[in-house]
Order: sequence, then C-alpha cells, then structure tokens
Amino acid sequence: MRVASQRFTRITWQRIHSPMLAYVARRIMVTIPVMAIVALAVFSLLYVMPGDPASVIAGEQASPADIARIRESLGLDRSFPIRFGEWAWHILQGDLGTSIFTSLPVTALIGQRIGPTVSLMAVTLALAVSIAVPLGVLAAWRADSLFDRAVMALAVLGFSVPVFVAGYMLAYVVALELQWLPVQGYRPLSAGVGPWLAHLILPAIALGGVYIALIARITRAAMLDVLQQDYIRAARARGLAEGRILFVHALKNASIPITTVIGVGLALLIGGAVVTETVFAIPGLGRLTVDAALRRDYPVIQGLVLLFSFAYVLINLAIDLLYAALDPRIRY
Amino acid sequence: MSVTAHHLPDIRPQTAPRRRGLASLVRQHPSVIVGGGILVLLTLVAILAPILGTVDPTAVAPARRLKPPSAEFWFGTDALGRDLYSRVVYGARVSLTVGLLTAMIASLIGLAIGLVSGFVRWSDGIIMRVMDGVMSIPPVLLAIALMALTRASIGNVIMAITIAEIPRVARLVRSVVLSLREQPFVDAAIASGTTTPGIILRHVLPNTLPSLTVQATYICASAMVTEAILSFIGAGTPSAIPSWGNIIADGRTIWQIKPALIFVPAVFLSATVLAVNMVGDGLRDALDPRRRSP
Repeated sequence: MRVASQRFTRITWQRIHSPMLAYVARRIMVTIPVMAIVALAVFSLLYVMPGDPASVIAGEQASPADIARIRESLGLDRSFPIRFGEWAWHILQGDLGTSIFTSLPVTALIGQRIGPTVSLMAVTLALAVSIAVPLGVLAAWRADSLFDRAVMALAVLGFSVPVFVAGYMLAYVVALELQWLPVQGYRPLSAGVGPWLAHLILPAIALGGVYIALIARITRAAMLDVLQQDYIRAARARGLAEGRILFVHALKNASIPITTVIGVGLALLIGGAVVTETVFAIPGLGRLTVDAALRRDYPVIQGLVLLFSFAYVLINLAIDLLYAALDPRIRY
Repeated sequence: MSVTAHHLPDIRPQTAPRRRGLASLVRQHPSVIVGGGILVLLTLVAILAPILGTVDPTAVAPARRLKPPSAEFWFGTDALGRDLYSRVVYGARVSLTVGLLTAMIASLIGLAIGLVSGFVRWSDGIIMRVMDGVMSIPPVLLAIALMALTRASIGNVIMAITIAEIPRVARLVRSVVLSLREQPFVDAAIASGTTTPGIILRHVLPNTLPSLTVQATYICASAMVTEAILSFIGAGTPSAIPSWGNIIADGRTIWQIKPALIFVPAVFLSATVLAVNMVGDGLRDALDPRRRSP
C-alpha cells in the first residue's frame, strides 16, 4: 500500500515536471494574449474603411433616427477603448452581440448553422490529406519523372482555379450531366452517412483544390529533403520494402512541415467555404456570412470573423502541440 | 528553407544574380514567358476593349435575352440580353486593375512597415503583434467584413483586399532586413559611416526587391480571386460594372440551363490567375534561389 502510494507520487511528480507538459502549458498560456490581439484586430475593422459605417449599414432610405440607433448599437458613439472593453467583456461571457436584421443573438444564428460547415471542413480535410500526401510522397520518390511533373502541374492548376469555378465545373459534369451525385443541397449526418457524404463530396473536392495543391507541394519538398538522409540509405541497405521506407520511415520524418501547412492552409479553407456553400446551397456558416454581408448585418459578420479567427488560432495551437507528439527529437 | 544560409558566412557577391541577361532568364524559365505572354495579351485586350468588336457591355435588351453564340454575339447573351463577349472583355479591365493596384499598394505599404519594424527595434514587437493579429483573420472574411462597412466601389474593394495582404509583405521585408543586418557588408557600411537611410537605399532595398517582386505577383493573383469572390457573393465591385465575379453572380440563378454564363468568365479568370502564378513561380526560381521549391 505504502509502496503503491510512493510510486504514485513519484509518477505524478515526474508528470508535472516533464518538459513536455511544461511546454504544453506554456504554449497554451502564450495563446491567450494572441487571442486578445486577434480580438482587437477584429474589433478595429469597424474603424478602418472610409465613410460612416452606421449610415452605410442603415442603407440609403434610412432615417437619421435609424442611423443613430445603429451607431449606438455598434458603439460608434463611444470612445474606442471603452467600446472595445465592453465588447470583449461580452465575448468572455459568450455574447457575440445581436443581429441588426433578425434581432436574434449572433451565437444562436451560429449554432443553427455550424453543423454543415463543420461537416464540410471535416470531409474536405480528410479528402485533401488522403489525396495530397500520397501524391506528394510519390512525386518526391520519382522526382523529375513524368508523374512528378504531372502532380506539380496539377498543383499549379489547383492554386489557380478559384473555388467557385471548380465548384460549378464539378456540379455541371458530375452532378448535372453524369447524374452521379446530387447537384446542390445538404443532408445532416442524422439522415444517414450515405446521403450526408453524397452531398458533401463535390463541395469538398471544389473547396479542397487549393489545399490539396498546397499540401502536395510541401509534402514533396519535405520528402525530397528526407530521402537524401543517411538513415534512408541505411534502411534501403537493410533491404526494407520501398513502400515501408517511403510511408513509414521517410514520411514520419517529413511530418512537421506537412502538419504545419495543413494548419496554415485552413485559413484558405475558411475563405473558400463561404463560396463553396453558396455554389452548392449548403446552409452553413459561409452562407450565413454571405447573407449577413448582403444585408450589411455587421454584428453577425463581426461574430463570424471572430469565431473563424479564433478557430484558426486554436487549430494552429493544436498543431504546435502535435509536433511534440510527432517528433520525439523536439525537446522543449 | 532559408535557415541553412545563416550558418555559413555568405561570400557570394550579393548583387550578382540581378545582372544576368534577359535572354538566359527566358531560356531557363519558360513559364515566365508563357504566363507573361498571356498577361500581355490580356492587358492589350483590356486596353483595346472598345475596338475589339464589342458593344456596350451594360446595354440591356430583353428582346434578345439568352441567345446562343452567333456571329453577332460570340458567346451568346445573358438573362438581360447583354452581350457576354463584350462583358467578359470589359471584365478583364476590372480584374487586371484590382490585381495590379492591390499588388503595388500592398507591397509599398508592407515594405514601409517591414523596414520600420526591422530598423526601429522598439517598434518591432508592437508592429509584429498587430500583423499577427490581422494575419489570423482569414483574408476573404477580412475583406467581406470591410466591404460591409463601406460603399461598394472598385476603390474600396482594392483597399479591403490590400489591408488583408499587407501583413504578409511586412513580415517578409522584416525577415530580409533582420538577416541583412547580420551580414558583414552591412557592418562594413555602418563602420564606414553610412547613415541608416543610406544603408536602406544602398543595401536593404536592392536585396528585398527579388522576394518582394515574387510576393507581389502572388498578391496580384490572390487579389484577382478575392475580387471575384467578393463580387460573386454580391459584396464587391458594384453590380452595374461587368467584372468577372459579377458576370458569374448574374449567371448563378440560371446556370443549370445556360452554363456558358458562368464558364466563359470562369475560364478567363482561371487562365489569368494561372498566368500570374506561372510568372510568380518563374520569377521565384530566377530571382530568389533560396526559396526555390518544386
């Protein structure tokens, strides 16, 4: 009994003092001021553009009373620091403001629409990684071959074809002409995995184009570096199967830049989701953003921008934390 | 990628690559020529739009709506009877203007911010935290938010996209400045009494230009796409102006019946962005060997 408790205390002690845990704690602490700065940046957008935002939002037929009401609700009648303090205080309590157009809380609007967007992002991420990483690995394996050139040419194309162009092309060919998949719309996961996935495949390919290009390029570059290392030559000398060398030994060592670009590229996905959801009539946060932009419903836009920016920061935090797990050489 | 360069003293002459002949650049980087060729052609099309057999791109004529392609209307007409060919040709003006102006303004402002951040040490922390904050906002959303707060106009579209692009330039310039400050030839210049403005003009600016040019090309491509996205969702260029994004937005409701209304401007947009990216990749390989990738 006594031995067990001693062992327990020793293990706990080691855990708390492990450099890894200290790193995780430090990294999470550092993110808090970053999020404060992001919130400040998002809030400052109100003051950047020329003209009076309140009268622009109110529209051309608005009475002076309407404009005054909107100015007050945006806090433009008060000084910047006071208004920012109030806004930040509300955010800390989970209040993102109230929609000018529907008078509903922004958090409620987001809650209604977040499902489809998370689904779209998840399918896109899974699809992009499972296509791009093998392509990049094989391109690096046969560098300068026809296959390599084809993959890299496709990557340039992926960078250049805007999301909605890819979206309409796919919808036209695969859905409208071949009738393999539904043209537009969305089914929740609760309606069954089949219909859910069928409605998300085309949007995910359209949205993932740039992302696939980006990941494939970085994978290829990172793999080219790794494949020149001595331990790869040693693995070949030991007679290991080429597939194992490529996808286990080499890919594992190339995983840091690949993981980084998967995180950084999410910003592209977020912007692209706005367009993809419009093209494929998916009732998600992107569609909410577009509707809010058309009505100039600024509190909704502000809430969405903040949400997406925070999501971006937190995903990159998670990826930073993943490094330590992926690469034991990293000591913090 | 550029880490290795710092470990060894760099004994190569710093300005050597810039003096290479244009002919060898052409031979080694054909993508610059192909992409550049397409861009020159498009620029000519944009400038000469009125004499290229176009009619008024905004002239509405319900009597001839949704016509198929013909000798009179090369790409057919849209739901309001406007000539698609004329609209697409005039649309090149908007895309090229937005792309070029955004690239130029974002590069200049980013250059200024990056130089201040790199040289005025006490400001570096503040400036870079602000840049990090802005960079955490997905660029398209940033532009959408800014456009919701202001009148729809091409000038405001350029301004909104520029604000989203500035931080990347500032970061790039700052990193070049910081690595140059460690170089022996800059130490030598300081030791021989060159003033800070002199060092910036003589040593820093010429060395930032290659990466800045490459970055500006990519900004141009991404600005064109962002303009099209903003116009497509109805939050960009005023809908009366025929920009490629607006043409696609107009065709959206009837695209299943008449896909040409979307695909013609879409092909022009993609080809233009592809051409700019090809120029960017070629320039990167030619000017900026340390960042060379695939």
